[in-house]
Amino acid sequence: MRIHFKTDYLQDIRLFEDRREMIQYILLILAALSAPFWLDEYLLGEITYVLIYVLAGIGLMVLAGHTGQPSLGHAAFLACGAYMQVILLEAGVPFLISLPLAGLFSGVVGAIVAIPALKMSGIYLAIATLAFGIMVEDVIILLEHWTGGVEGVLTPAITIGGFEIDRWTTPDYFYWLCLIVVILVTVAYKNLLRSPTGRAFTAIRDSEVSARAMGVNVARYKMIAFGVSCFFTGLAGALLAHFLQAFNYEAFLILISIQLLLMVTVGGLGSIHGAYYGAIVIGLLPVVITILREEVSELMGLGNFTIPGLETGIFALILVIFIIVEPLGIYGRWTKIRIWLELFPMARKDMFRRQKSYLKTERMK
Amino acid sequence: MDILQLLIGGIANGCIYGLVALGFVLIYKATEAVNFAQGDMMMIGAFITLTMVNEEWWGLPFGIGVILAIVIMAGLSYLLEVVVIRKLFGQPQFAVVILTIALGFVLRFFAGVIWGHDPQSLETPFAGKAFDIGGLILGYDEAVVIIATAVLTISLYFFFQRTRLGVAMQAASQNQLAAYYMGIPVKWISSMIWAVAGVTATVAGILFAAKGAIDPASGLLGIKAFAAAVIGGFGSLPGALAGGLIIGIVEPMAQYFAPPGYSQIMPYAIMLIVLVVRPNGLFAQIQQKKV
Repeated sequence: MRIHFKTDYLQDIRLFEDRREMIQYILLILAALSAPFWLDEYLLGEITYVLIYVLAGIGLMVLAGHTGQPSLGHAAFLACGAYMQVILLEAGVPFLISLPLAGLFSGVVGAIVAIPALKMSGIYLAIATLAFGIMVEDVIILLEHWTGGVEGVLTPAITIGGFEIDRWTTPDYFYWLCLIVVILVTVAYKNLLRSPTGRAFTAIRDSEVSARAMGVNVARYKMIAFGVSCFFTGLAGALLAHFLQAFNYEAFLILISIQLLLMVTVGGLGSIHGAYYGAIVIGLLPVVITILREEVSELMGLGNFTIPGLETGIFALILVIFIIVEPLGIYGRWTKIRIWLELFPMARKDMFRRQKSYLKTERMK
Repeated sequence: MDILQLLIGGIANGCIYGLVALGFVLIYKATEAVNFAQGDMMMIGAFITLTMVNEEWWGLPFGIGVILAIVIMAGLSYLLEVVVIRKLFGQPQFAVVILTIALGFVLRFFAGVIWGHDPQSLETPFAGKAFDIGGLILGYDEAVVIIATAVLTISLYFFFQRTRLGVAMQAASQNQLAAYYMGIPVKWISSMIWAVAGVTATVAGILFAAKGAIDPASGLLGIKAFAAAVIGGFGSLPGALAGGLIIGIVEPMAQYFAPPGYSQIMPYAIMLIVLVVRPNGLFAQIQQKKV
């Protein structure tokens, strides 16, 4: 077991706890960077998809995991980023400028949506985002001039300094591009969390009333949280546009929003790792189900059978089990296992027992 | 005349939205949890009734089938609360929201496996007949929808205001711990309220399947009903019904008057406007949260 002897306040907010952790992460990044050399193209494409989902998950994690404001309509902001990216690229804006602009646009839209939402608390905010998420589908069709309506749009190729990056012809470049964006965003997120802004987010999540008592401007920080969250999600949307190459409103249905929310919950709300774990589960689940289905149909001699909606059904079941058994998700479970191993054989049974709480109404009458 | 005809259809549709919204409000009122699976419970209720009543399944008489379905759904909802929801007792609202969303997906999946994905219609004794009132056509099914909704809402309202159980439910929702000290069996109360919500969902489902056709994706109607509940102010039974009626009436009107494409947005646009103007709904019960 590692024991940290703290001699300095700055030690509490270091990016890495100690040198060992830093080396671990550097190794992980190196492994990820070298992936195109030892993976085939199909798997690389899958991993790129997972990375984009990680980015969207990080966006939602800022809001749901760290500020405690569940959003049920985050696919709408994914759409903002994706369509803005296409519009900018078609207008001749270079990729390196259009990507942050697309994210920024999405972030501004998010902050504007948040303004009326700020008056509401808890469940009402979730409802407002849900309404926004449902409406976006029809709004995309109505804004046919920019979004191509039902037929959708084609994403132009990426060119950076004469280099052409395309998902099909140069999958490894596209993978590196996504990876770099994800790493940058993760570092930014980690930095955000140790800044006063990030602390304010967490304070709001844990108790709005005490946050206000500590001098946090709740409305303002909620709006910032929305903006940051939607900025990250918008970046994910822009990359998704390049990944899909051709898309229409169907890529941003309300089900996608809900899937995103389920993803961060399974991964582990309130941790950056959670966004990664959740995205990996979402990305790998279809593959695992396909393999299992083949095995089962071979065993039972059923031939090629399919059950429509099996994937969503299984995913939802996993989620139900997670919420009941382990509300902190994969990351929370992993932390518990790790601590148990580190303390072995001194771990106590009730170490992680949840405190009992009782419900008091928000309705005062 | 066209407009009046639209109005009748709108009111009948609105009643169904209102009934599903009632389910939301019931559970919210008693346990402060929001049940996003309410629409899917409606769908399951409709399918169970369909299995009882339709000729190609069991072909029971309509009345018996309906009563059986209501009893079964009440039991199922009770069990759902005991087995799944109770595990989150006292956890943040947000956890229950995610859980019920996931439960909705699970229910939809099982409904798809059992009953298939094709839309099916419920065979009712009042199908295809209509009153003709001076040129206005009021289908028997629409009349039944409106009457059933009115009866159910009024009885629920009196249940909450007048009966011991109803008042106990209100107390449990305001402060679980205090209610428990007063000798109210809080856990049993929340199971009961889920059973009641299951019953309203089944009634809504029966009416829905009698008026049109039902398939596993019909549960998504719950989102529209949710908008209705919000417009009405989430804690109020008459409010939920009013919200449902508003949405039911606005929808066909928007289809008639507004350019195509705008009518689907209308329910949610109204909901957003209500949320902005009166953040706690038209029939507000929520005030500033205290420590």
